[in-house]
This record gives sequence, C-alpha cells and structure tokens, in this order.
Amino acid sequence: MTVESTAARKPRRSSKRTSAAKTPAKTPENSGPQLVQLLTPEGERVEHPDFEIDLSAEELRGLYRDMVLTRRFDAEATALQRQGELGLWASLLGQEAAQIGSGRALRDDDYVFPTYREHGVAWCRGVDPTNLLGMFRGVNHGGWDPNTNNFHLYTIVIGSQTLHATGYAMGVAKDGADSAVIAYFGDGASSQGDVAEAFTFSAVYNAPVVFFCQNNQWAISEPTEKQTRVPLYQRAQGFGFPGVRVDGNDVLACLAVTRSALERARRGEGPTLVEAFTYRMGAHTTSDDPTKYRADEERAAWEAKDPILRLRTYLEKQELADAAFFTALEEESESLGKRVREAVRAMPDPDRLAIFDHAYADGNPLVDEERAQFAAYQASFAEEGN
Amino acid sequence: MAAEKMSIAKALNESLRKALETDPKVLIMGEDVGKLGGVFRITDGLQKDFGEGRVIDTPLAESGIVGTAIGLALRGYRPVVEIQFDGFVFPAYDQIVTQLAKMHARALGKIKMPVVIRIPYGGGIGAVEHHSESPEALFAHVAGLKVVSPSNASDAYWMMQQAVQSDDPIIFFEPKRRYWDKGELDTESIPGPLHKAAVAREGSDLTLVAYGPMVKVCLEAAAAAQEEGKSVEVLDLRSMSPIDFDAVQTSVEKTGRLVVVHEAPVFYGSGAEIAARITERCFYHLEAPVLRVGGYHAPYPPARLEDEYLPGLDRVLDAVDRSLAY
Repeated sequence: MTVESTAARKPRRSSKRTSAAKTPAKTPENSGPQLVQLLTPEGERVEHPDFEIDLSAEELRGLYRDMVLTRRFDAEATALQRQGELGLWASLLGQEAAQIGSGRALRDDDYVFPTYREHGVAWCRGVDPTNLLGMFRGVNHGGWDPNTNNFHLYTIVIGSQTLHATGYAMGVAKDGADSAVIAYFGDGASSQGDVAEAFTFSAVYNAPVVFFCQNNQWAISEPTEKQTRVPLYQRAQGFGFPGVRVDGNDVLACLAVTRSALERARRGEGPTLVEAFTYRMGAHTTSDDPTKYRADEERAAWEAKDPILRLRTYLEKQELADAAFFTALEEESESLGKRVREAVRAMPDPDRLAIFDHAYADGNPLVDEERAQFAAYQASFAEEGN
Repeated sequence: MAAEKMSIAKALNESLRKALETDPKVLIMGEDVGKLGGVFRITDGLQKDFGEGRVIDTPLAESGIVGTAIGLALRGYRPVVEIQFDGFVFPAYDQIVTQLAKMHARALGKIKMPVVIRIPYGGGIGAVEHHSESPEALFAHVAGLKVVSPSNASDAYWMMQQAVQSDDPIIFFEPKRRYWDKGELDTESIPGPLHKAAVAREGSDLTLVAYGPMVKVCLEAAAAAQEEGKSVEVLDLRSMSPIDFDAVQTSVEKTGRLVVVHEAPVFYGSGAEIAARITERCFYHLEAPVLRVGGYHAPYPPARLEDEYLPGLDRVLDAVDRSLAY
C-alpha cells in the first residue's frame, strides 16, 4: 500500500465516524401537537383545531359496544387457539380504537383492504366474525365473498394489499363513483416496496384511497425504529399527499381523522396517509413470545392508555351510559363468545376434493386429470372396506 | 374471409385494438405503452384512439403495475399489462405468484382475476442483460396461472383475444425475436381453445415439441431432416400451462420418438415435465428416451455468445439424429 492511498483513506474514515455520530437515533414522538387527540387517556374530551366530532350519546355508546365486543371476540379466538381449535390467531388487543374508529368512518359503498388483523374493521363492515376464523382454523384461505360487505380477504403478505386498494381506487375514479377505498397496513409493512409503490401510484393517479397505518410499535420483534428514521406519517409528504398522525387509542380521533381523509378522497383530492399511533398489547400472533424482546414496563405504560377504558371513563363521567348498559353489554359479550366458540367447533373440515376447487375460474385439463386421479385413489380405500 | 399477411407485432396490436373496442372494461397498462406505443410498438396508436384512461402509462414499478391491475380487476376491469422485458418481471413476481394466482381460490371462487400479463421474452435480438430470458417454467409451476406463447401471427391475434376474455390470469409470453415475422391471419375464423396444441408440420419418424420462438427453428430442422429422408412432425405447444399432453401423446404414439426444444435452461424446464409425463403415458410406444434441447444452467450469456446458448438448427438436428440412432 502506498503512503498516498493510506493518507487518502484517513479522512474518509474519520468523516464516516463524524456523520454516524451526528445521525439522530430518535424514536418517533408519541405525543405533542402533531398527535391528533380528542379524548385523553384520562377520559377527558379535548379539542383539535383541524378535526372535530360531535356524536350523540347513542353513537358514543355504539363505539364503546363495538370495541368491547371486538375485544371479547379477540379474546375468545385467542382462547380457542390455546385449546387447539385454531392453528393460529393474530390478536388485535389494544388496537380496538384504531379499527373501530376508522371502520365506523366508512360508508357502505366504500371498500376495505385489510391485513390479517382487522377483526374490528370486519366487525364494522358487518362480516360475521366466525367467517374470519376459517383461515386460522385451516379450513380455507379466507373464503368470504369480498363483495358482500366490500371487505376484501385478509392478505398475509405484508403490504401487498395497499396496491390492490390503489388499483381498486383507480377503478372507482374511472367509474365516476364517489366512494372511497381504505387500505390497512402496519409499521412493518411501511418498509415494503409495495407500500412505496402504492403511494406513488395513488399520488400519480390521484386515487381516492386512504392508507391507514396502524403503528402498533412492533413488527413481530422489531421496533418501529428498525423500520424508519422519520415518523411514518411524514412519509406522505415526499409522495405529494398529506399525512396525519392520530392517537390510535382514541376512538373519537380515529373516527374524525379517517372521516376527513375519506371525504377528501371523495372530493377527488387524492390519497391521505393516516398513522394511528397505537400499541399491540399482546403477541404478534399466538406463535410469538413478546417477553423475549420487550419490557413489561412498556406494556404497562400503554395499558394506561387503553382505548376501551378511556371511553368508559368518559361515558361514566358524562353520564352517557348507565349501569344497565354496561351489564347488558357484558351479557352480549358472553353470548358472542359462546356463539363464536360453538361455531368454530362445529366448523367442518372441507371436502378432500376441495383441494382442486377454484384453482382456475375457466377450468384446466391438468387439474381435472389430477382431481380424477385423487378421487380414484380415495375411492380405492372405500372399495377395500376402509 | 378476411385473411391477410401481417407480422406478429401487428397482429398483437390489432388484437389489443379489437379487445379495447369490444369491451369498455379492457385496459392496457405498462411502462411507455402510451405515446411511444411500447418499446416494441405493440400498443402503437392505441392511446391516441382510446385515450389515457384506457391505455395507461404507469410509473416504472412492476410490482405496482401488477398490484394495481389486481385492484382494477377486483373493481370489474380487465387489465392487459405489459412488462417491458422478460427480466423485468421479477419485481412483480411476488404480486403475480402470491396474489394474482391465488386470489380466485382464496375467495373460494367468489372473485375472478381476468388479468393478462404480456411479456416480450426470449433471446436472439442481441440485447443486454435481463432482456433475453425465458422464465416460463417459473410461472408454469404456479397453480392459478395459465402460461401461453404464440409462434405465429394468427395465434398471436387469437390467443390474445382468448387471453383477454379469460377469467383466469394469463401470462402471455411474446416471442420478441419473431415480432417481425409475417404470416397469414384470418381474423374471422375462431380457433379452438387456448390450451390446445397444433400440429405445425406432419411427420412419422419423430416428434419435435416446441413453442413460441423455437417453433420456427423446429420447422426449419424438420425441413432439413426431410432432405435426409427423415419425416419429422412438429408440434406447436402454444400453451405451457396447461400442456396439451393428449396432443403430444397422439403424436408420439405415431412417431415413437420425442425431442422437446425450448430456449429456457433444460434443468427443471418445461422439457423435463413433458419428458416425464410422456414417458409415463407412452412407455411402450417410445423407441428412444425423450431428449431435450435448450439453454444451459448458466446465466443468459452476453449477446456475442447467445447463438451458442440458444438451440439452433444444428443442435436440434443433432438431437434428432441421436434419437433416431436408438
């Protein structure tokens, strides 16, 4: 090595160290004016200059009921997984406000593209919760007709559905309809190229789509800091549309912000990114063990911001719901749990030949041949008297 | 009868034009498909006549193109997507394999995915890296997709019509080095189903099976073999998924010998699938093992070496001789 080359390397190495030291390693802020909040963790109503909401007592009780029943359903599904009735479950515990708030902002003719955790949104769309369990029990890969409730099938591959939502929204605009589309995804998915491409396409074509990111702080074991160096809602600016961060544990704020974004889409003003700042209280799925990667204190801190408790506090303080309401809801929850439990246990395995069903819409001679061979093979056992 | 001579490129253009005229839900999407008419001009003039709402120039993002096409299909549209070159399809491979192919089954048949993905494919045009590949086996292996490739102008026209009308996703491989080959096109007589193979040349001593760009090479090989007194049948597969094994079987039962020819690497290629199935179906009719001629287990070479890599007349005739020598 020559003296020159050694000398030339030195400043580069030192400048590298300098730049690394200067790079901020901040965690995204989780409070302050940039976080839209209408109901504090203490259950106090607060105002926000850009987003307001005026709900009747009945509507407020309705949101509370939605969150309680969704949490009960989720708890039942988790229990069913522990009992061996489901192969897997992705719990939404802690994200009820983000899902119910955004879900209740939707109109019937809007279209939803969920991940695999949007049980609360499905509830708002009128999808029977037992329909959501087929894929987790292993009897199908989704199964429901997306067009019945304008609620697309759960998508397992992270972020793929943001492009489907964008394409669908492009179609809505072509049709001259004034409905809107909402795509759900998580903080982990924000790292995927598909999400960036969905942002690009939606901005370029001015598609009426709302990107609803539930930042629940963890992508399995990876914290948000492993996905991004800037707050997620700020990503939108670079693509040319607004981004808003909302308190994801505040159902009123989620409702107001999503409603506003949907209205913007309907007016033909294009996409919005909503980042619901929330927390996944449980594991990523029932296969996950969060005790290996996060501190108990963190969960405890978020429990103090529980979306259901804060609305209950507000309802009680304002005397918008009486004891009879809470008692009746408790009973409704239990009967929902019972119904879900019974439905799952009664869910039959699919017919063996269903392997071949729906591989193709227009048919396929190869599939027909393999189906016939498989049927003959199965029939051979019957002939042997087995 | 409206038969005329035209190139494969023009036949595809005419076919897409007809599809746009016939069904207002048909859309053309891709990079440079609008004003430019595509880098191979397959969509030439279509945006001018049908507008930017029907012939859509997209951002340069293949996953985005296919992913949004899926969304448009969910909304009731029938997108025909252009991937600019074979080697550029891989950023979209995830959307094609994990979403497009499986959506119909995932919904237990409640929704359909009428999306056509056009891919100019194969070598022989002296292009740079990623512009000459034959990835058909990667798609044929995926249930839910149909994979086809025309070898002549008439098939190009009609197979595109059938692909657009299909409710299943179709990977439509266009043999780019044959784009300018001309052939008779009858726009009025409707052909048989998309997946049916066609006998491109009758023969009795040996069957050559090919599709897309290699059909022409095989026809030339059969003509050369004829001069040596060998009668070679050429079967144009047209569809790589599904494969018309009945047609291959019929031919092999007649000739007793089979050589499969494709540009893609032989290893794990469509020739392996055909050889295995035909060995099973025609074991007692075969006079020789099924032979394969194709690309090597190596990255597609730089253009100066592609003639060595691509099966040419001599390599096909060599395989014919080896088969006949058994």
